[in-house]
Amino acid sequence: MNAVIFFIFAASTLVGAGGVVLARNPVHSALFLVQTLLSVAVLFLLQDAELLAAVQVIVYAGAIVVLFLFVIMLIGVDRREALTETLRFQRPIAVALGAIVLAEIIFLTGHTWATGAATQSGVPITGSTSSGDLGNNIQRVARVLFTDFLWPFELTALLLVVAVVGSVVLARGSGDRSERSIEEPSSTADSESAS
Amino acid sequence: MMAAIQITDTYYLVLSAALFSIGAVGVLVRRNVLVMFMSVELMLNAVNLTFVAFAKTLNDTSGQVIVFFTLVVAAAEVAVGLAIIVAIFRRRRGMTADDMRVLQG
Repeated sequence: MNAVIFFIFAASTLVGAGGVVLARNPVHSALFLVQTLLSVAVLFLLQDAELLAAVQVIVYAGAIVVLFLFVIMLIGVDRREALTETLRFQRPIAVALGAIVLAEIIFLTGHTWATGAATQSGVPITGSTSSGDLGNNIQRVARVLFTDFLWPFELTALLLVVAVVGSVVLARGSGDRSERSIEEPSSTADSESAS
Repeated sequence: MMAAIQITDTYYLVLSAALFSIGAVGVLVRRNVLVMFMSVELMLNAVNLTFVAFAKTLNDTSGQVIVFFTLVVAAAEVAVGLAIIVAIFRRRRGMTADDMRVLQG
């Protein structure tokens, strides 16, 4: 049963990713991105990461994609992409490089010096962050987040403040008074998604 | 028949490798800055999937916590990046990557 769900949503993930890259309209790209994000959330659920699946749906599909759509609507959707290449042979070289990256990573997944010895032997590592029997997924994540990762967690608060201030300053523009009525919605949308 | 297949972490690693490659090709091929941004999000999701797969395999919750930090960084990156796009668009009236050639100085 797990295998069936995995293959269905793995295919859905890849189809969505291909749609993001291939769609001509940026709005369609954003909708394909939603498909990929929701499929990845299902794959998180398959791997016992329930909290992350919920956060993925809320933060990514709920906030980030909506922010993308805001900006697409603000800028305008009907702008055709220029087909002239400023760099010669950019697209074939890009596809070839992507194939090389894919081959490299798949090559690495079969080797223990890249994925770690425990992956092959199946022996779980033990340590302070090891799961043990500490309750459900949310309790385990919370315990690790607020003990071992407390300092990075506090730093993320700083990062979010910097992002909010930075996006408001950037989207405000040069301070021309006639533009300010247009600019206020985008800056509030930025700060909402970052929180 | 398919239910007999045991899904190991190798399946997830290959899937996230494919997802990462598609995202990388998207960044390199597309000219629309917004679509390039979405491709970066695809690459971030591939890495998140790898982290969760290893968290499950190694029985270590810190892999899932790292994904939280990735989500925060992605949210901050999107907020600032889209603000930059809006600022550039207001000045240049175009949103392909080639419009930013003026940054070469």
